[in-house]
Amino acid sequence: MIRILLVLAMMMAPAMAQRPDAPVTGFNPTTASVNEAQLLDALKQVNGRVSIPDKKSAVLIQPEGKNWRDFQRGVVPWLAGLLVLGTLAALAALAVFYVVRGRVMMEGGGSGETITRFGGFERFMHWLTAGSWLVLALSGLNLAVGKHVLLPLIGESAFSTLTALGKIAHNYIAFPFTTGIVLMFLVWVRHNIPNAMDISWFRQGGGLIGSAHPPAGKFNGGQKAIFWIVVLGGGVMAASGFLLLFPFSVTDIAGMQTGQMVHGVLALLMIAAMLSHIYIGSVGMEGAFAAMGTGEVDLQWAKAHHSLWVEEVEAKTKGVAAE
Amino acid sequence: MARVKFLCDADRCINCNACVTACKNANEVPWGINRRRVVTINDGKPGERSVSMACMHCTDAPCAAVCPVDCFFTTADGVVLHSKDLCIGCGYCFYACPFGAPQYPRVGNFGTRGKMDKCTFCSGGPEGEDGSAAEFAKYGSNRMAEGKLPLCAEMCSTKSLLAGDGEIIAQIYRERVQKRGYGSGAWGWKTAYKETVTV
Repeated sequence: MIRILLVLAMMMAPAMAQRPDAPVTGFNPTTASVNEAQLLDALKQVNGRVSIPDKKSAVLIQPEGKNWRDFQRGVVPWLAGLLVLGTLAALAALAVFYVVRGRVMMEGGGSGETITRFGGFERFMHWLTAGSWLVLALSGLNLAVGKHVLLPLIGESAFSTLTALGKIAHNYIAFPFTTGIVLMFLVWVRHNIPNAMDISWFRQGGGLIGSAHPPAGKFNGGQKAIFWIVVLGGGVMAASGFLLLFPFSVTDIAGMQTGQMVHGVLALLMIAAMLSHIYIGSVGMEGAFAAMGTGEVDLQWAKAHHSLWVEEVEAKTKGVAAE
Repeated sequence: MARVKFLCDADRCINCNACVTACKNANEVPWGINRRRVVTINDGKPGERSVSMACMHCTDAPCAAVCPVDCFFTTADGVVLHSKDLCIGCGYCFYACPFGAPQYPRVGNFGTRGKMDKCTFCSGGPEGEDGSAAEFAKYGSNRMAEGKLPLCAEMCSTKSLLAGDGEIIAQIYRERVQKRGYGSGAWGWKTAYKETVTV
């Protein structure tokens, strides 16, 4: 008992000796404490632990958000502006080209005989993709730059309603678009393997410049390029889009930011590529639209633009007839 | 007018979550929405610190810059507010926010987040009269209109969380650090306001 009291007295002695207002010495609680600047330097963000179910809220500070902000505010409108102005300039140039070069016309005016270029299913999957692309491109552009273009024109309330509808359309039309991409890949990939003929096709300017008609199969070099741009670009668009459609299910905030950036930049590039595809497939060349319109093209046109494909088809039909 | 800010003195925060509870009660936010949260860094290790975090009402707010429908605005007090009438629930503000402040009523698959909700510095929202039931239901309380500060800071048991005029709370923090001889800094200030409290 006495021993215990003695120990207690010894323990209390330093405490009694110290004046209550004396500064704390000997122990500095910050020497070991976490430091915001150090954490940000080392990890680029500050993470911790939270007791709430929302685990992504454990990220305390992520300054990368500001980089993403700068990308949205700086790069996106600039790139979209470049695209829009670039397209306008390209269209102006094409108009000049159109006047100088004229339409890529059929030589000899056509034979009157037709050949089936694209069957019903091929046309269906093309227009499924094209139709959904149109909605996705417009609603996507609206999300990216609509507040600089459309908002001042129609007012904040109407613009918000329109953008909300656009968002819903964008999210759900992603599915038919992806279906179209997958179908086109499966059906057309065997005609789109690049080969040596494509190099000579490109070397001869594809018939757009000059009057030569380099030989080509079902798809020429330019069409193969469009095919791979659509399949690979569309594939990455779909993958990054689905990532955004299921926020934080497979990645963290940095992944979501990167996914959105990839989605946005690639979308702008794809829109630029598709505009030229639309030009050459419609006004740019006589007879081209019929391929995706009715599916029937003039035999003369087919022989000029896809000579090897016509030979292949004719060989096949003759073979069937001979049996 | 004063430029209001939050400051969490991490050396005083004891992770009691009274601020979180006060916020939920003052604003009657739905389950799952956390306008304020407490994050513990180095949990269980020496030098552990807890920081109470909500919207910091940033200078040049990233959320406002990325909003596709421009639904954000900054009040004369420097409070960053948004209009739930205009919000389309795209989730961009969450990607841009350095502090994870924007909250959504739903998980967000297929873009079904619902209207964004966040700390309003207890300043209500743009629609409905100040202090009206309609404003309360949509945005929570408007204590600022009554001349009161946010309830989280008012209720802080250790007075770790400070809310109010940025100059004044910075001065309070500075005096504390000078008196006790240490301080781990004003968490998030550099990111939110491009300045920190120098002692």
